[in-house]
Parts: sequence; structure tokens; C-alpha cells
Amino acid sequence: MDVKTALFYVFSAILLFAAFRVITARNPVHAALFLVLAFCQAAMVWMLLKAEFLAITLVLVYVGAVMVLFLFVVMMMDISGDSIRQGFWKHFPLAAIVGVLIALEMAAVLMGGFRVSEEILPAAQQGQAGAGIPNTRALGKVLYTEYVYPLEIAAAILLVAMIAAIALTLRQRKDSKFVSPSDQVRVRAKDRMTVIAMPATRVAAADEPAAATNVESKP
Amino acid sequence: MTLTLGHFLSLGAMLFALSVIGIFLNRKNLIVLLMAIELMLLAVNTNFVAFSHYLGDMHGQIFVFFILTVAAAESAIGLAILVLLFRNKSSIHVDELNTLKG
Repeated sequence: MDVKTALFYVFSAILLFAAFRVITARNPVHAALFLVLAFCQAAMVWMLLKAEFLAITLVLVYVGAVMVLFLFVVMMMDISGDSIRQGFWKHFPLAAIVGVLIALEMAAVLMGGFRVSEEILPAAQQGQAGAGIPNTRALGKVLYTEYVYPLEIAAAILLVAMIAAIALTLRQRKDSKFVSPSDQVRVRAKDRMTVIAMPATRVAAADEPAAATNVESKP
Repeated sequence: MTLTLGHFLSLGAMLFALSVIGIFLNRKNLIVLLMAIELMLLAVNTNFVAFSHYLGDMHGQIFVFFILTVAAAESAIGLAILVLLFRNKSSIHVDELNTLKG
């Protein structure tokens, strides 16, 4: 067992432990923090696979942005500890059966069928990391030539997600008084003041008894 | 004993199984459900990176890149919906989300 294998087992053990704590933590803040630990360990595992750019991206994007977003949302909400765990043990037997089944089946197939060691594939290794090309440069070369159209679509998706998130959570007070700036700009002097022809005072006084009798005649 | 492709694929399988268990267990807590989905995506990405490394093919890592992008957008919109839900119902219980009567 060389150093790399030992590192793999250490990272995997911490990763699985962190994932286990994410799904069983009583406090959502603890769950989010264990998810950060899980992402860091996964980044280390990806480093073992010589995918440096993606490992660093995982730490930057996920730990730096997405998990901070999660923590913000968790801390904004007042979630009590016990009510959110109702039915936790009721679903446990089914969940354990399904999970163990998935893990055992996949491990049985994968460990037997994919005994591909790094020594067996020297030619393929040459193709990826050969000629001293760094991982980041190799990724960029493919990304900006062959995949430039999907890259644009990904950018559009991010923009749409940003607009959607803002539009969903934007809220205006219903009781606040404000003037619409567009109405203010479009106002004309004619609309500002209207001169109404008023009848003279004497005529109004003459009308008054008639109005009074009208009101009185109404039962 | 050196690392084989099976090691990494088994790690991904176990991580995925743990996330499935998490989705079963936390039926009340929408935020932990979102976290379990993130863990599932992480397991899938680990598989992609492992295959990309052992087969010497760069395109697997490109796919991981796009999955990361879409997952970030998904979690942002999911959290926005979660905030909106909490504002309207004052709870994030998944069982109470039945106003659409679907």
C-alpha cells in the first residue's frame, strides 16, 4: 500500500463520515458545515485523480459560494430542532435497506469489473497528462474550442438562475407610499392643473334650500 | 496494492447510497433534502472524474464542469423557492406542501 492509496482511504473515510453526518445532523447549520467538509474531502480525492482545476473549482464555487448561500438561508430561518425530525426513525428501516442494497450491488459490480490500475493504461495516461500539459490548460483547450457553444449556454443558464432567484425573493412593502418615476417624468403641465368652472356664490346659496328639501323629502 | 478505477467508483456508489438514505430519512426538512441532492451530484462527479482519469479522456472533466454550473444554478433557485416558501408558510415541512393538490 503506497502513500496514494493510504491518502485515498483517509479522504474517503472522512468524506463518507461527513456525508453520514450531513444526513443525520440534528441542526441544519451542522449539516451545512459537514457538507463543507465533504466537499473539501471530495476535492482532495479529485486531486488524487489529477483533476486539479476541477478540485480547486469545487472548493471555490461550492465551499466559497453555494455553501455560504446555504448557511445564509439556514441562519435566516427559525427552524426548531425536533419538529423537523418527525418520522426520522419511521423511515429508517426502508432507507437502510435501500441504501445498503444500492451500495452493495454497485460495489460488487464495480470492484470486480473495474480493476483498471494506472499501470495498465500507460498510453491513455499519455493522452491526458502527456507532454507536460497542465490539467488546466488541457481543460481550457477542449472547453474553448470544442465546447464553446455549451459554454455559452451554461453562461445563459447562470444568468437566468440569477434573475430568477432575485425575482423570486424580491419583495416590496404593500403599505409604502411612493410615486412612480416614469409617471413623474411623463407628466405634462396640462395634466397638473385643471381649471373648473365654478358657479357664483349667490347662485349656490339659492340652490341650497332646494338641496335641503331634497334631502328631507328622502325618508 | 494500487488504486484502481473500482476504488473510486465504489466511493461514488457509497456516497450516492448515503444520499439516497438521506432523502428517505429527512422527509420533513427541505434544506437537508437539497444538501442530499448536492451530495448525489458530488458522487456522480467523482465517477466522471475517475473515468476521465483512467481512460485518459478530457471530455469527462468538461462534463463535470457543466454539471457544477447547472448544480450551482439549481441550488440558487432551490434556495430562493425555499425562502419564499418559508415566508408564506413559516415552515419547510415537505409534507405540508400540498396546496397544489397534485
